[in-house]
Amino acid sequence: MKLNYRIVIFALAIIFGITFSLPSLTQSEDGKKITLGLDLQGGLHMLLGVKTEEATKSRIKSITASIKHFSDRNDILIDGLSFDENEISFEVLDEDELSKFDEFFKDIEGIEVIKNMTAISLSLTSEEIIKTEKEAISQAIETIRNRLDQFGLSEPVVARQGEEQILVQLAGIKTQEEEQRARELISRAAKLELMAVDEDRNARVYNMSDSDAAEYGDIILSDAKNSEIKYLVREIPILDGGMLTDASMGFDQNNRPLINFKLNAEGAEVFGDFTGRSIGKRLAVVLDGKVYSAPNINERIGGGSGQISGNYTVMEAKDLAIALRSGALLAPIYMMEKRSVGPSLGADSIQSSFVALIGGFVLVIIFMMVYYRLAGVIANIALIANLFILLAVMSLFGATLTLPGMAGIVLTVGMAVDANVIISERIRELIYEGKSMHKAIEDGYANAMRAILDANITTLIASVVLYAYGTGAIKGFAITMSIGILASMLTAILGTHGVYQMLESRITKSKNNKLWFGIKG
Amino acid sequence: MEFFRYTRTFNFMGKSKMAMFLSVAVVLASYAILATKGLNYGVDFAGGTVVQVKYTSTAPIKVMRQALKENKLFTNASISEFGSSDEVVIRMKVSSGSVTRDIGDITREALKGTGEFTIRRVDIVGPTVGAELKEKGIMSLLLAVFGILIYVAFRFEWRFAVASIVALIHDVSIALGMVALFAIDVNLDVLAGLLTILGYSLNDTIIVFDRIREGVTKGRNVALKDTINESVTRTLARTTLTSLTTFFVVFTLFMFGGEIIHPFAFTLLVGVVVGTYSSVFVASPILLWFGFDVKNYHVKLANKAKREAEKQKMRDQFDGGIV
Repeated sequence: MKLNYRIVIFALAIIFGITFSLPSLTQSEDGKKITLGLDLQGGLHMLLGVKTEEATKSRIKSITASIKHFSDRNDILIDGLSFDENEISFEVLDEDELSKFDEFFKDIEGIEVIKNMTAISLSLTSEEIIKTEKEAISQAIETIRNRLDQFGLSEPVVARQGEEQILVQLAGIKTQEEEQRARELISRAAKLELMAVDEDRNARVYNMSDSDAAEYGDIILSDAKNSEIKYLVREIPILDGGMLTDASMGFDQNNRPLINFKLNAEGAEVFGDFTGRSIGKRLAVVLDGKVYSAPNINERIGGGSGQISGNYTVMEAKDLAIALRSGALLAPIYMMEKRSVGPSLGADSIQSSFVALIGGFVLVIIFMMVYYRLAGVIANIALIANLFILLAVMSLFGATLTLPGMAGIVLTVGMAVDANVIISERIRELIYEGKSMHKAIEDGYANAMRAILDANITTLIASVVLYAYGTGAIKGFAITMSIGILASMLTAILGTHGVYQMLESRITKSKNNKLWFGIKG
Repeated sequence: MEFFRYTRTFNFMGKSKMAMFLSVAVVLASYAILATKGLNYGVDFAGGTVVQVKYTSTAPIKVMRQALKENKLFTNASISEFGSSDEVVIRMKVSSGSVTRDIGDITREALKGTGEFTIRRVDIVGPTVGAELKEKGIMSLLLAVFGILIYVAFRFEWRFAVASIVALIHDVSIALGMVALFAIDVNLDVLAGLLTILGYSLNDTIIVFDRIREGVTKGRNVALKDTINESVTRTLARTTLTSLTTFFVVFTLFMFGGEIIHPFAFTLLVGVVVGTYSSVFVASPILLWFGFDVKNYHVKLANKAKREAEKQKMRDQFDGGIV
């Protein structure tokens, strides 16, 4: 028995494997561990798209609102202020006041102003539209992340995928109801608008169509609690949720949950101005296109805070406050792909793939031992070491173990012994040819090496392609396969070679080829 | 224990015509199945929705059908048992874009009153994602084949590469034919299975080819046919053994791995059997038929060795300071 560099490396590899796979195997608190994929621990995986064109629409709407406020504040008389998807247009009644707008427009980024006498039309530049759409995606990611951070699940993943898709991954969701709640929170526009009720015409609202309302520059909105109740409100909002600084859940005098919100300084000013001018009229608190309340304005309201009351449960009010606080979604999102796995199914998958792994493993081990005797035992040691190293590397990288990944491990077991089968067959051949034990072992490894390398590299090529083109869980399969193959080069080739070199003199002395290699003679 | 001890060479190439006939017949049959029955694309590639429901007792499939009939959305929905009698899968060709209330939620509401159940899995794949996954899937298969082709051509010779690719196409065709025959849902995992077959089957082929390369290089003046026969015979024990161990694990995966892993395990099971067969009876005969020119190869090898020797000589001279 003598030590050689191969056996030392092999021993170190085994120690490495056991040390770093222990945290994952024992599920201890410390140390880096393998993360279970959503298909094994249960969870929600979504690919969301963003309707970016809605972002430009709402940008135009909010510019319109600021024009309205600017002219009101400076007592400039304008007429016919209106907007559509692309354009805002209005007319300044007093020609002398045209120049006042120039200063104002300078402060608004990315607009194109066309003046025709006293008629002004505004549109967004094409660069601004692209910028707005890009911002809408970044903002959606940011907003969704903020909302989920407050939802109470650990480590939600929100990431951009490709140019304009958003990947959302939530682990630890227990029920379908909880999942739906999370989805509602994510997708809620949470667009708060304070709008003026058109008191002159509101009495006729039930006899009006949408196009009638549009002629007056109004829109018809329904009540949040009772959709039969309609309000006629000015289409251009007084202000929108962009000026909101805080929202929290509170209770009214009857102990019903409601939402308190605060506006920033600019919002407070706009709000104060409007309420000062509109005493005796009503203000509609509109959230996502529904009127939540329409209180009478009794006095000028400074300070910039308000309330939204609805028939909320505490949970709903809490979620809504989170959504408002984290900001409105500039553009609505839609589902492109969803994978949702319940925790019980995940547990079942772990169990059944574990049974398959153990079953396959035991079969292979017994088979190798029967067929090759001690050579089989050596191969089995390498196989076990291979599994430990595979787990250790995955733990160190914090890799994700998915169901296909489990299948990859099972398959690795079958394929990792291949190297030892090839080597053992070569050694057997050389022993039959009457070579000395030393020569049989060394030549056996040398001859087998080329074939094993070529075979493993081609399998690696397939795995790498699978990793590059695969999605989600399939990537996990490619990862375990690749690591398994690489680890098998270390254990099955280098490791077992070291073991043979260490035991060589003993094998030669014993002259028992049946015991060592399972052959006669 | 020994399955095959090398005592004499089996005449594999003598049987190659028969084997080829069988291979062509099975591949053609596979294409016929693919053409008539077609592949049963699952949600990953076709888009749509899969909802997996588990009941506390036997799933009331009839009642469920009745309940789903109420909503037009479920017109083309199919309900089938999944693994056990209390678990079913509802497959739909439609998907929904709403985040707040998706088809999974609608299904849950529709099934209310059919018994005590939990929804264990909801997969929704929109049409754009499905098309994208399909495109990526085909790309990945082609890319893997191409990468392997280049590697084998580089390490061996182009005829080896072409022969191994023909064997791979043979394997994948038959595996796909079986997948179509048994109406297995073709999803991403089946694609992963096919790519694994590529790797596995090639593994087998390369081990045999390596022996042929070795036999040819040794420079004995034997006919290629005999070298191939000897190489296949000498690797037979290894081929059988590795196929057996792999078959063991894939079989346990198929039997005990759970319903979800079934399509993947099935694809592999077919692949292991066909891949083993093809490395012996498809790849090697093709190499023979392509007229791999042993003499020419020797000349090439000799030239290569000469060049190496010259380079080495020059290097030695340079190191020795002669130049």
